[in-house]
Amino acid sequence: MRKFYGVTLNSPLMLGTAQYPSPAILADAFKASGASVATVSLRRENGADQDGGQGQAFWSLIHALDVKILPNTAGCHSVKEAVTTAHMAREMFDTNWIKLEVIGNTDTLQPDVFGLVEAAKILSDDGFEVFPYTTEDLGVADRLLNAGCEVLMPWGAPIGSGQGINNPLGLRSLRAHFPDTPLVVDAGIGLPSHAAFAMELGYDAVLLNTAVAKAGDPAQMARAMANAATAGQLAAIADPMEPRDMAAPSTPVIGKAFLS
Amino acid sequence: MQINVNGKSCQIKATTVFDALAELGYADAKIATAVNEAFIPEAVRPTHKLHSGDRLEILAPMQGG
Repeated sequence: MRKFYGVTLNSPLMLGTAQYPSPAILADAFKASGASVATVSLRRENGADQDGGQGQAFWSLIHALDVKILPNTAGCHSVKEAVTTAHMAREMFDTNWIKLEVIGNTDTLQPDVFGLVEAAKILSDDGFEVFPYTTEDLGVADRLLNAGCEVLMPWGAPIGSGQGINNPLGLRSLRAHFPDTPLVVDAGIGLPSHAAFAMELGYDAVLLNTAVAKAGDPAQMARAMANAATAGQLAAIADPMEPRDMAAPSTPVIGKAFLS
Repeated sequence: MQINVNGKSCQIKATTVFDALAELGYADAKIATAVNEAFIPEAVRPTHKLHSGDRLEILAPMQGG
């Protein structure tokens, strides 16, 4: 099993922490799924009060989840903004892991791959362990690896769209070109079948958020996603059969009685 | 002095980031800080001087995808 910067994950499901109906439901979803990683962000503290503000309550909640924390640079549109956010996240969460997002388009939230490579180089040189949110482009992947990344996270579809795997050929090609690199399909997964398919392609994990948080029953959907990701992972390990165009009877023809 | 805290104008007596955080009620909070778009590590807060018009960002852990 491929490791993520030396870490073996006990589940191929990475789960976001945003958009849940309540903190309790968020916690239930993590408990139900057994997700190995939680993505988090940094935002302006909304004012100190007797409880220390909203962020302090969230801090307590994610600590109680007992999962690996993966801070993100979501919403950053420039290299400087992403690098500064990463430094703040490293201090806040006490981890070198950073999910690096440098957004290039506000409609699709497509990564700015040029800025991404630049920021990845700066952060990797500074000791960060970068999880770059990227596309399936092989050239960009190569540059990210040369910049120091040891994990790649290509999108399945635009963030929050639930469209699934838009470019199976591209993701398959990425897997084939970088057989030793841990790969995560990040973004676009809407259904457990999408998660299973990503894993069947030989990916090492899936990262999703909206599909669980916006489900009618987030905990149930989280469990379904975890089971699907695990099923896909097992299938990939099991070396699936080659599809064929024509039918081939599975029941032996030899020994069939002559009854017509 | 007048500074900007998380996008809002704010009057403070403190002259360092560390003292400003205490004055604003964040003494024991889990936060990260930046001044004028530059990261200010926790260890530097006591010595980092604030000036009138500075932009102080106080960030906290939040939900993210």
